[in-house]
Amino acid sequence: MTGFQPLKLFFVFLGGLLLLFVIAPLAGMFLETSPAEFFDTAMEKEVAGSIWLTLWTSMLATLIFALAAIPFSWILARKKFPLKRVISAIIDIPVVIPHSAAGIAILGFVARDTAVGRLGDHLGLSFVGTPAGIILAMAFVSIPFLVNAARDGFLAVPEKLEKAALNLGASPARVFFTVSLPLAWRSILSGLIMMWARGMSEFGAVVIVAYHPMITPVLIYERFGSFGLSYARPVAVVFICVCLVFFVFLRMLSTKYENADG
Amino acid sequence: MKMLTVKDLSVKLGKFELNGVNFEVGPGEYFVLLGVSGAGKSVLLQIIGGLIPGASGVVMLNGKDISREKVQRRGVGLVFQDAALFPHMNVFKNIAYPLRSLKLNDREIDRRVRELADMTNITKLLKRNPANLSGGEKQRVALARALALKPQCLLLDEPISSLDVQLRRELRSLLRKINANGQTIVHVTHDYEEAALLASRIGVIENGSVVQTGKAPEVFSRPKSEFVANFVGIRNFFRGELRDGKDSMKKFLFDGGEVSVLTGEPEGAGYITVRGEDLIISEKRWESSAANSFPGRVIALEPARVGTEVLVDIGVTLSALVSKESVSNLQLEPGSKVWVSFKASAVKFIPG
Repeated sequence: MTGFQPLKLFFVFLGGLLLLFVIAPLAGMFLETSPAEFFDTAMEKEVAGSIWLTLWTSMLATLIFALAAIPFSWILARKKFPLKRVISAIIDIPVVIPHSAAGIAILGFVARDTAVGRLGDHLGLSFVGTPAGIILAMAFVSIPFLVNAARDGFLAVPEKLEKAALNLGASPARVFFTVSLPLAWRSILSGLIMMWARGMSEFGAVVIVAYHPMITPVLIYERFGSFGLSYARPVAVVFICVCLVFFVFLRMLSTKYENADG
Repeated sequence: MKMLTVKDLSVKLGKFELNGVNFEVGPGEYFVLLGVSGAGKSVLLQIIGGLIPGASGVVMLNGKDISREKVQRRGVGLVFQDAALFPHMNVFKNIAYPLRSLKLNDREIDRRVRELADMTNITKLLKRNPANLSGGEKQRVALARALALKPQCLLLDEPISSLDVQLRRELRSLLRKINANGQTIVHVTHDYEEAALLASRIGVIENGSVVQTGKAPEVFSRPKSEFVANFVGIRNFFRGELRDGKDSMKKFLFDGGEVSVLTGEPEGAGYITVRGEDLIISEKRWESSAANSFPGRVIALEPARVGTEVLVDIGVTLSALVSKESVSNLQLEPGSKVWVSFKASAVKFIPG
């Protein structure tokens, strides 16, 4: 059907407003940061150090917790067991609670006077004010993104293919690694990217468990509190640029997988 | 000794139930389980393969109870209805998949894959992805893959049903070839023609159990299930030989006599069927275009789902479906002398 469609035009207008709402503040921030300011900030040791810290802690958090999250997602997709719905709901809790509250909960769990804290101390691992604590806080708030994406990925793999593989003499482990995992990989990769991005942008939970060493979101907050908007802004711009570069690169990588598959 | 014995197999899966399934398959036999869709045929195959747990009863393979055996060690190969090829592997890798479990070296795997591909006529497809294969090609790959582990018994879940006529013929001939090499096969289908063409023996599954087993003519001529009985026509099911006849018609010779058939099939052994609805019963010889006309005697009248089924002895027993009005008009009763006529084009010849 062609011709004038007022409703469609109205929807496009609404979409335009929404896009503007996301783009305008970001664009304003970029426009108000001069190239000289940008490069000076990027060269600052404290800024570069905090960006590096944010990148590697969020990546490590994603990789370590993926080792448990991916097999667990397969169980959620394939097996029937009591309280399955309750367990699925528990996984989503970090998404709905305030992240400062999540930080308080984690701190209470890993502080030096708790069992976990004492065990960590015993192993020479402290969680408060350390990268290990940052990793825990990041993982806590971002794990639902991976579990949910991986579970949906496994659900989309026809169970018949797993059965066929078993019938062809493969062990359950071989079936998982050669059939289930490769076929769900696209969703899992997307979940990994989302988990990593969410961990990297976390502020509330991390600032409570580890104010120092400073990840970039905490550094931005600290500069804003101590020196004001114009000092915080260039750090934010540099950090956003770094995130975007990684995000675009990983998205392209996952699209490549998509094309190779289809 | 039997190759496969299924004894008192029962399972309840939601609303669906298998109720004491019993059957036996001899070594090298081509056993077809025939039943309507939803009769539990696929579930039965998966239970035999160990893919659905929780069934009671016994499954014996070559004298050994495999009911509690691990899926991987059962010695049965299963081909799923839609082939279930791994979409992320090419044809070669699909066929090599089971061989990798045997820890063979690459050269041996390559040799075995090529051997299987040669037998199933898919050598040219080895580098292709499953997404680019036709339905028939997929089934060939699935067969090659299932045969790689040399299963003692091959289980086929409606492998032909979704294919078009030409592909069906080709796949049937491949299945016959595999069976002729000594492979025991259990094949489930809802298609009686497929059963007639392939089976050395047929089992009919209805309401969750096997209600009849036997050779094709026996099962079709004396059905013990509503499902088979509903194909009234198939009771007129005879084995014999098609020969060249006069003009455009061919002759079919069987131990009950000779029938004219209009068919494009080449001469050779096979079956004929005539639907009960296509038989005309008359008091006297009926001059018409019907090339087949035989005198006979009514031996029984049985109420059918619609109308009445009249069994007429013309040397063999023919089953005709007529209306109740015709029964009273012709005053049909056991012992009545009648003529049975049908057109040569109403006779269906199935080579095999």
